Amino acid sequence: MLNNKWFACTALAIAAVVSGCSSDGTKNASDGAGDAVKPTPSTGSVATTGSSGGGGSSFGTAPAASQSVVYFDFDSSELRADSQVVVAAWSKYLTANPTAKVQLQGNTDERGTREYNIALGERRAQSVSSALQGAGVSAGQLSLTSFGEERPVATGHDEASWSQNRRVEIVAQ
Amino acid sequence: MKKILGGLLLLIGFGAHADLDITVTGGSTSAIPIAIVPFAQPQGAPADIAQIISADLDRSGLFRSLKREDMKFELPTQESQVDYRTWRALNQDNLVIGRVETTPGGGATVTAELFTVPQMMKILNIQATAPRPSDWRSMAHKVADQIFERLTSVKGIFDTRIAYVTVAMVNGKRQYKIIWADADGENPREIARSYEPLLSPSWSPDGKRIAYVAYEGGRQKIVIQTPTTGDLQTILSEKGINSAPAWTPDGNKLVVTLSFETNPDIYVIDLATRARRRLTDSYAIDTSPTVSPDGTKVAFLSDRGGSAQIYMVPITGGEAKRLTFEGRRNEEPRFSPDGKSLALVNYDGSSYRIGLLDLATNALKLVSDGPLDEGASFAPNGATVIYTRQGARGAELATVSVDGLVRQQLRQTGDVREPAWAPFSRP
Repeated sequence: MLNNKWFACTALAIAAVVSGCSSDGTKNASDGAGDAVKPTPSTGSVATTGSSGGGGSSFGTAPAASQSVVYFDFDSSELRADSQVVVAAWSKYLTANPTAKVQLQGNTDERGTREYNIALGERRAQSVSSALQGAGVSAGQLSLTSFGEERPVATGHDEASWSQNRRVEIVAQ
Repeated sequence: MKKILGGLLLLIGFGAHADLDITVTGGSTSAIPIAIVPFAQPQGAPADIAQIISADLDRSGLFRSLKREDMKFELPTQESQVDYRTWRALNQDNLVIGRVETTPGGGATVTAELFTVPQMMKILNIQATAPRPSDWRSMAHKVADQIFERLTSVKGIFDTRIAYVTVAMVNGKRQYKIIWADADGENPREIARSYEPLLSPSWSPDGKRIAYVAYEGGRQKIVIQTPTTGDLQTILSEKGINSAPAWTPDGNKLVVTLSFETNPDIYVIDLATRARRRLTDSYAIDTSPTVSPDGTKVAFLSDRGGSAQIYMVPITGGEAKRLTFEGRRNEEPRFSPDGKSLALVNYDGSSYRIGLLDLATNALKLVSDGPLDEGASFAPNGATVIYTRQGARGAELATVSVDGLVRQQLRQTGDVREPAWAPFSRP
């Protein structure tokens, strides 16, 4: 069992190096979609994953892509009811795997100025961080960054796109 | 400044040869008719000086230059050859003639004269030089600047540069670049490129360096680059936010946003010692600092009152005073070169538009239409503001005169945003 898992982790890591993707399998909903953008950092995270990932024991698998994004209302950093599922899934995984780390990436829609949106994105990431810590995750497992409005997954100038962009992505490191 | 009377819509398109395609609207019935006669210059010269001057003056919206095809006769290149009757018959207010002489190494010197036709008089001797072939366009812009200043009493900005950020899909990924180009869109040159975001380009007051925000491995940092040498220094890369760099007028400090201590606040960074002094300390978001031209005050964005608004604080510290009260939000302040006003982004609940706030009267004048305008930067003569708007093909640059009347759209393929108009001083 352990052998299979180790092999799978290594294969994933190799595939990740080759393809330049994050190797943890927790991609967001936009992965593979037409002109959507991969929001995860490119080569930087591969090195990090390589050093902390494959080979260690791990309890449960990290939550899936569909459970790794928290959405927000316009100009708000308050967690909505629909964030509970994501927070619960990740706090369960992270408390069970104390060496596992994630980066919380804050994003906004395009409205408002870029510099303000950098700050709003960070505020959103902090909301998620607080919720995870409240559920027992240790602060050392969490790092935060904000891309402001610079990493939209949808590029329309309407609420359908904007609502998809107002988000925090939880990315395994 | 000559008062521009509103009215006649002039639509002039320019330059398929420029990377930025510039369209001017909103000239006026009092645009000055001026004839720039082709200069005497050697065959195969690197640039058509008179054509560049005409395009510059037309683009300002304050002049209407005579088309070359309407000059159907022997053209003067010396003062002695000027016959005012010709130009009066063509209803020209002003006439410019000139001669270009090459210098060793491919450079050149231009001498020119500006005449007033009704009074039949020369009113200005003009001279400019180009040390190298690559300086010919700049030399022409210098001539245009001298004409502009003599006829409007406002310093010209034709020989200035603009930096901006472009985003394009490359190999399926978003690639960011910082580009600097001449104010007419010519000569675009790359300063930086990255597959991670590049933001907030900001020129040093001497025009030699540019500060901006970059990411490395998903983390922000503030860097300073010298475009002519490529020298690149990382100034700050703390945990959290490192953004919104603004220079003090002596060029010795950057005022920035950092969040590594608590939440986004404004800090003053001494570039020589890297010492940091915290300027704001509120539970709110404080960002987007801009320093007054006399170096004494910092205007910035804060949502400490519940919504993003603009505040002012002495650079030495103290209580911040709120400046904006109109609309729902006001963001991204930028001081005008004379320190008397702030350009900003105003949100009224439906549109983001560029506004100019008079600091003496607190009156706010909206000068653009929205709905998603932002990123205002003053030209160094304070007469024009460049900003970003959403066009049909993506984000594009536009300018508007501070009276709101003369507008240009500068189109480029791909997204173009965050313009930063360089100061007059040049490297």
